[in-house]
Amino acid sequence: MSKATRFIIKFSAFLTFGILLFIIAYILLRGVPYLKPSLFEFKYTSDNVSMLPSIITTVLLILLTLVVATPIGVFTGFYLVEYAKKGNKLVEIVRIATETLSGIPSIVFGLFGMLFFVIRLGFQYSLLAGALTAAIMVLPLIIRSTEEALLSVDDSLREASFGLGAGKLRTIFLIVLPVAMPGILSGVILATGRVVGETAALMFTLGTASKIPNALLHSGASGRTLALHMYMLSSEGMHVNESYATGVVLLVIVLLINGLSTFLSNKLTKGR
Amino acid sequence: MKAKSYESFMKGVFMLSAMVAILAIILICFFIFAGGVPFIAKYGLMEFLLGTQWKPSNNPPSYGILPMIMGSVYVTIGAIILGVPIGILTATYLSKFCNKRLYKILKPCLNLMAGIPSIVYGFFALTIIVPIMKDIFGGTGMSIATASILLGIMILPTIIGMSEASLNAVPGSYYEGSVALGATHERTVMSVLLPAARSGILSSVILGIGRAIGETMAVILVAGNQARMPKGLFKGVRTMTTNIVLEMAYAADAHREALIATAVVLFIFILIINGLFMILKRRKAN
Repeated sequence: MSKATRFIIKFSAFLTFGILLFIIAYILLRGVPYLKPSLFEFKYTSDNVSMLPSIITTVLLILLTLVVATPIGVFTGFYLVEYAKKGNKLVEIVRIATETLSGIPSIVFGLFGMLFFVIRLGFQYSLLAGALTAAIMVLPLIIRSTEEALLSVDDSLREASFGLGAGKLRTIFLIVLPVAMPGILSGVILATGRVVGETAALMFTLGTASKIPNALLHSGASGRTLALHMYMLSSEGMHVNESYATGVVLLVIVLLINGLSTFLSNKLTKGR
Repeated sequence: MKAKSYESFMKGVFMLSAMVAILAIILICFFIFAGGVPFIAKYGLMEFLLGTQWKPSNNPPSYGILPMIMGSVYVTIGAIILGVPIGILTATYLSKFCNKRLYKILKPCLNLMAGIPSIVYGFFALTIIVPIMKDIFGGTGMSIATASILLGIMILPTIIGMSEASLNAVPGSYYEGSVALGATHERTVMSVLLPAARSGILSSVILGIGRAIGETMAVILVAGNQARMPKGLFKGVRTMTTNIVLEMAYAADAHREALIATAVVLFIFILIINGLFMILKRRKAN
């Protein structure tokens, strides 16, 4: 009986990690041979289906998203952990709001971004509309990781700082923040990963133009991220090999991002 | 005095930042509902929810989304049937059967699994699972079953992560007590620890349901996307999410409003799931 149980449990774990390994290996094996220089030409044409413009768009979008979302998310974390008193009503509401936000499917974010930023505010399909939509999406992630990182900082540090006569702000920025930094950074990196992999929310906000956006708003500001590029390629069905190659680049980026985030959060637990 | 006013100014900034999340959720609710509810009111709630015909280009057009609701429900049930047992058992392995060295490798793998973009999962399913299903069951290979397998894989990290955490949170005395009474390690895990962790595991399943029902870009590649009532496990189907993406690009007027109304229905599903999740979590905390 217990042997059978053990076998089933081990088999399930084997299945889970086997599938993961298989997906990664399969995409790499099928894609790497097609990573030709023509896929990295500066200009996209329907012949070379270059992914370089979409890589640049992805980087631009990530930067813009983080510029908006990081301060708001980190400041929210400050408020929730350092300022709010226990049983504060606002804290409860913020918590419900962030939990709800993190459960909303990306297509709903996409529709909202289209109705609000693209149409109501008149941004059109643009970098800014995409970035603001993505910023709302990753906000709960950054808030959560900031909260956890701040909570893990020992209270004696704060007390020592107050005892030496430092004010609250000074304590937060000079004492608490440096200690909590790896945790916050790992959240920001996870947010980056989320933006890299996002498609549904960006399709109707950033649009799907195949060139690099040359403005923040209005005409010419539309572009496509790498994940969107891969979706366009694979749904057309004309460029299967190039889709694999795009998948390889996406996977490598995600691997790097995950490695970095794991490294940083290990650093946080070690520092404690 | 100057330092004091700076302090309270920054406190205000932090508080305003905290309001952004609240503002965002209010704006999202407002715009989605304002975009879709007037259409539902005009078209009729029952006709919209229970109509079995989705024919936006007919004259007069009909906008019944029951096929898409059923599609979403079927693929989600399929994903749960496949993903939940494997997920819970994998969590059990990670929590109770795995040595530390292996755990250090497997845990980051799990995070990686959660981080792989849905489009990569979708493309993988399109090029591997679809042909296999086609060979075995005939048809196009794009079906409820294919989408269920794909979603079952995609919800694994959600289920494993949370179930593992709740297994780890079971007090050690439970384990010791059971073993002291003569139960084996396996028996203890299966009949003492798993039941003790059930509310956390249930939360993970609810979260998994939310993920599965909201997934779009991966499902669109493998579900077949026919807007008709589901005809069988191995026949194509369209979900609410994919309905929006497929037609939004060219839809106008009433058709567009009908798509936003589809998002309203999806949104309400998600709010219910979220609500359940939060109630469960709060109850556990008390």
